[in-house]
This record gives sequence, C-alpha cells and structure tokens, in this order.
Amino acid sequence: MRPGTPSTAALALLRRDLLLLWRQRADALNPLLFALMVATLFPLALGPEAGMLSRVAGGIVWVTVVLANLLSLDALFRGDAEDGSLDQLAVSGQPLALLAGARILAHWLGTGLPLTLVAPLLAYMLGLERAALPVLVAALALGTPLLSLVGACCAALTVAMRRSGILLALLVLPLTVPVLIFGAGAVEAAATGGDPSAALLFLAAGLALALPLAPLGCAAAIRIGTA
Amino acid sequence: MNRFVLWFHRMGSPPTFYAFAERWRPWFLWSALAITAVALYWGLARAPDDYLQGDSFRIIYIHVPSAWMGQFIFLAMAICGFVAIVWRIKIAEIMGIASAPVGAAFTAIALATGSLWGRPTWGTYWVWDARLTSTLVLLFLYFGVIGLYRAIEDRRKAARAAGLLAIIGLVNIPIIQYSVYWWNTLHQPSSIKVTKMSSTIDPSMLWPLLAMAVATKLYYAWSALSRAQLMVLEMESGKDWVRELAGLPRVASPSTDTPREA
Amino acid sequence: MTSIDAPLPPLLTARGLRFSRDGESIFGPLDLEVASGAALVVEGGNGAGKTTLLRVLAGLLDASDGEIAWQGAVLDGGRRVAGSIALLGHQLGLKGDLTPRENLRFRLALGGLRTGITADAALRSVGLEGYEDAPVRTLSAGQRKRSALAALLLSPAALWLLDEPYANLDRGGQQVVDRMLETHCLRGGSVVFTSHGLFTPGLSRMATLDLGGRA
Repeated sequence: MRPGTPSTAALALLRRDLLLLWRQRADALNPLLFALMVATLFPLALGPEAGMLSRVAGGIVWVTVVLANLLSLDALFRGDAEDGSLDQLAVSGQPLALLAGARILAHWLGTGLPLTLVAPLLAYMLGLERAALPVLVAALALGTPLLSLVGACCAALTVAMRRSGILLALLVLPLTVPVLIFGAGAVEAAATGGDPSAALLFLAAGLALALPLAPLGCAAAIRIGTA
Repeated sequence: MNRFVLWFHRMGSPPTFYAFAERWRPWFLWSALAITAVALYWGLARAPDDYLQGDSFRIIYIHVPSAWMGQFIFLAMAICGFVAIVWRIKIAEIMGIASAPVGAAFTAIALATGSLWGRPTWGTYWVWDARLTSTLVLLFLYFGVIGLYRAIEDRRKAARAAGLLAIIGLVNIPIIQYSVYWWNTLHQPSSIKVTKMSSTIDPSMLWPLLAMAVATKLYYAWSALSRAQLMVLEMESGKDWVRELAGLPRVASPSTDTPREA
Repeated sequence: MTSIDAPLPPLLTARGLRFSRDGESIFGPLDLEVASGAALVVEGGNGAGKTTLLRVLAGLLDASDGEIAWQGAVLDGGRRVAGSIALLGHQLGLKGDLTPRENLRFRLALGGLRTGITADAALRSVGLEGYEDAPVRTLSAGQRKRSALAALLLSPAALWLLDEPYANLDRGGQQVVDRMLETHCLRGGSVVFTSHGLFTPGLSRMATLDLGGRA
C-alpha cells in the first residue's frame, strides 16, 4: 500500500481511531454503562410488573440505544477540531467524504456495535419476548449504523460551536425518528407474532440511502466548520 | 428565461436586494391582509357547515394553510441554503435565516390550531395522530436550524451551517412523515382518520382555502423580506451604500470594509 | 510552449487577496509570490491576520476577494491537490494519546512519504530520540513541536505553510527549524511561515510580508 492514496488514508484513519478507542477504553465503556443505567430507570419509574414491562421492552431498548449513541457523538469531530487534526485532514487533499466515512465507521465500531451486542441483555432484563430477540439484534444492526451516519452529520455541523451538548441532541433526535419507528416497529411485530420484515426492509433501505449521502454531508459540514 | 436569471443575479447584490425589498414590502403586506380578510370572511361566515363536523371544521382555513407554509418555507430554506453553500451568495444566506422564524411560527400555529380542532372532534387537546406528530417533529427541525444559527459566532459560517442542516432536514422530512404515518397505521389500524375531511370537498369550502394559501405566501414574503432587510443592513454596516441610506457622508477610503483598529 | 531554459512558474502566487469577517477587514488587498526554493516570512503584530492568511493559502478559509494560483493554474475553492502542501498549524495536529511514532505513521499514510526518509529517522533528526514511544500528551510543549516538525520532514509536499514554527522551542529546537527550512529550500521546496520577528534563518532567497498591526 503506497502511503498517500485515498484508500490508504481512510484505512489509516480508521486504524488511528480504533487505536485511540483502545487507549481510552475506560471511556469507551461509558455508552454501554449509560444504556444499562437508563434501561434500569424505566422499571424503577414504571413498576416491575412483568407483563407491562415486556410489552414496552422493545421500545425501551430502542430509546436507550438512541440516547446512549448520542453521548459519544459530540466527541466525533470535536477532538480532531481542537487539536488541529481536522485541519490536517482537510489540507491533505484526500477526499474528505471518504475520511469522514472512516471516522463514522470507527464510531459505529466503538459505540453502535457494542450497544447492539449488549441489547439482548437489556431486553432480557426487561422481559422481551424471546422470539423477538433476534429481530431486535437485526434491527439494531441495521439501525445503529444509521444513527451513527445521521448523527455524524449533525456532529460535524456543531464543530464550529464552542459549547454544544444539548444542541446536538436537538439536531439529532428529530432525524432519528424514522429509525426509531421502524426499529421498534420491527421488534413489536416480532413480539406480537406479526411480520417484522417490512420494517427491517425500511431500515435497510434507509441505510443504503445514508451510506453514500451522509459522508458527503459530513464533508460539506466540515468544510463549513473549518472556514 | 434570461431576464429571470438576470434578475436573480442582480438580487444577489445587497443594495439592489434592499431596494427591491423596500419597494415591494408594503404591497406584500397589504395584499396579504386584504386576501386574508376576504378569505376568512367567506370561510368563517359564509361557507356552509360541514355535514360531519359542523362549525369546528372552519379552523382548517387557518390550520391547513399554516401547515402548508411550514413545509413550503422549509423547502425555501433548504433551497436558499443550497445556493448559499454552492455559490456563497450573501443574500441567499440571509433569506434562508430570515425565513426560519416565519416557518417555525406557521408550524406552531398549525400545531396549535390542529390541537384546538381536536378538542371538539376527539375530546382531547392532544392525540398522537400522524399529522400532529409529524408537525411536532417539523417544529423540532425548525428549532434545530434556528438554534444552530444562533450558536455559531461567525454570521456567514452560521448561515451556511444552518443552510446545510436545512438541506439535511429537507431530505429527511418525507422519510419522517412517511414513517410517522406508518407508525400511526401500525398502532391504530381501524381508527377513523379524523384529520381528514369528507372525501370530496365542496367548491364553496375550497376557494377560501386556496385564497388563504396565497395570502400566507404573501405574508411570508413580507415577513421574510423585512427581516432580511435588517440582516442585510447589519451585515453590510459601514459600507457606502448603507451610509448613504442613513444620510451619512461617504467614507473617503477606497476599501469598502471598515479597517480594523490595530 | 516551455523550453528547458524557461523559468518555471512560481509555486504559489496570490493577487488581490483580501479577507474580512463580519464586515471587518482582516487583511488585504495583498499580492504575493513564492518561487521554488524561496521563502516568505509573514510578519505582524498579534491579530494582524498572519494565521488567517496562512489558512487562506492552505485552502481552509475562502478569501473574500482575490485569487490564488498554484504553479500558474488558478485554484478554485478550498480543495488542494493531495500532497501539494504541508501545514504546521497553531494546533499541531497530533493526537495526545498516541506516541510520536504512531502519529507519524498516520500522517504519512494521510499525506504520503518523501523518498529517502523514515519516521524513525525523522524523529532522530528533530532530537526526539528516546521519546518515540511516549504518548504525546506526556511530552513538553517543545517536544510536541518537534514531533510536528518530524511530520513535516516526512511530507513530500513542495510547499510548507508554517504558523509560528519557532514558538515553544529552545535554542536547539530553533536550530533544527533553521536547518529544516534551509534544506527544504535547497531541495527546491518553498516555505511560507509566520513569525513575530524572533528568528534567524540564513536563507538566501527570503522575502518579507509585513501585515502591520503592532500596538
């Protein structure tokens, strides 16, 4: 691999981000702990009655995943913006959309994928129908990359701001509505004996649409932000 | 076609835009008010009762045009945003941002009137029906665009960032609306679609509605242009044409920007 | 039709370059020209716009007016040809949790590698021998600066844009920078760097651009 080609650059960025994740692995656990904590709050608020909880379990897991994903979004581009790495990426002449895509992949590997793997545990604790568990994982496997892609666009837009936090949530949450609806819809269908495939197909279609478009949006947002 | 393109090109210049807005503003406002008065009189006083909903349906003359405007203005914002990002035209940046509060207001009115309509029809001020829910999400999108603009210090960068968000939002709006509609049918498969009126609408009810649609657009033009004028003045403050407008003498230096104090 | 003896177009030229933000003029109009093997030092007081000018030349910022040409061809927008410029910004572009060696490995995958040098050799020549595997956040400001300089050495780019290259460095570090600039220019590269005026590189072809703005 010759150094300096777009694919080398993108892979190197992915590698760098995974290395950084590993170096800060204590922090990397935070979204998972947050998800566990939030999932615990619901029974505390709603009461532990098994029948009621299992009916809402799919929805609770989905909301939890959406919120936990939000936690690590702010750091997606902010760290690079603050230490000058974003400037280096912009100045390198490499296609910024490809680099953004690598960054988003790293984010999903660090947040979305672990959440998808932990979700069955949360669902079990909340009493979700056994039959629905595989559908939950499938829906999250399709939905969490979507959340990362859409969230990354918003994170790139807020890089130009000093403080963010809540504003980022305000930007991201409306855009996650379709993912939430189809994702939770699939789980509900599976839990009540219906057919989850329509909802899953919608998620897949959304992912197919977002995969090429979101990195382009990120790149445009980064260029606006470094200016 | 050429004249149209030329007109757009000239509108990109702040002094030309300002003069255009100054000239046409009053016309937009008065015609909007006039048409609104006629339409509302017709709709509220003269049109016959709906056989299903009685008098309460009359609120559609405010609710439906407001909802249309909420969506139309978002589209306008996204187009302005696109022009602003691709061609860096200041006026496009300004018009996009000037439109946002108007669109948010219309969306809020649509939400409020939809809710008021719900009271006599469903017995409650709020239900999670498809239209109300997706209007609420649209309102959140507006807040996001406005919030992003206000959070970035550099005005031009802020306008472009907000414009990009508007474009992203626009792409998502049909997806969001479809998903909310899908969600609604999933959970209420047999409910009557209460926000839909009788399937064929009598012409005597239609005309006021269309008139309101025109009136709201004129009102939007007035409101956005007025706001845009203020923003143009702010952005161009210190330049010669603004000084002339204020009756101040021209600055002697050849540069058109105010030089910074060391 | 260029013959062998015809001079190459200067690496970087700018005509009528101006930048203003929120109605305030930051700098301009400026004309500048940097030829192969030449250096341009941008001087000025705090807030005179030196960093802004550098960012405009790097393509990170769009000028309000004027044009920039690279090897004679006018540039459109911010995108630069891959590997054509190397930037040493105010923020160094290093990840604190990675070691200098890891940082350099990333930078050379991003920007390409100049022939005849390795990451370790670069770290040695900037005086970081022994610190290659310490996380950058544990290094002093001067050592971090040297790491960033090592990244510069690896870059194949012809044009270097350096923001305050001498800042945070001791006498030895400043000499490193002097040597780097000399060698780069002798090889036919060009440098544009900003300074408060506290440097002494012995470069044969060096011009000064003063943005003023001193209190």
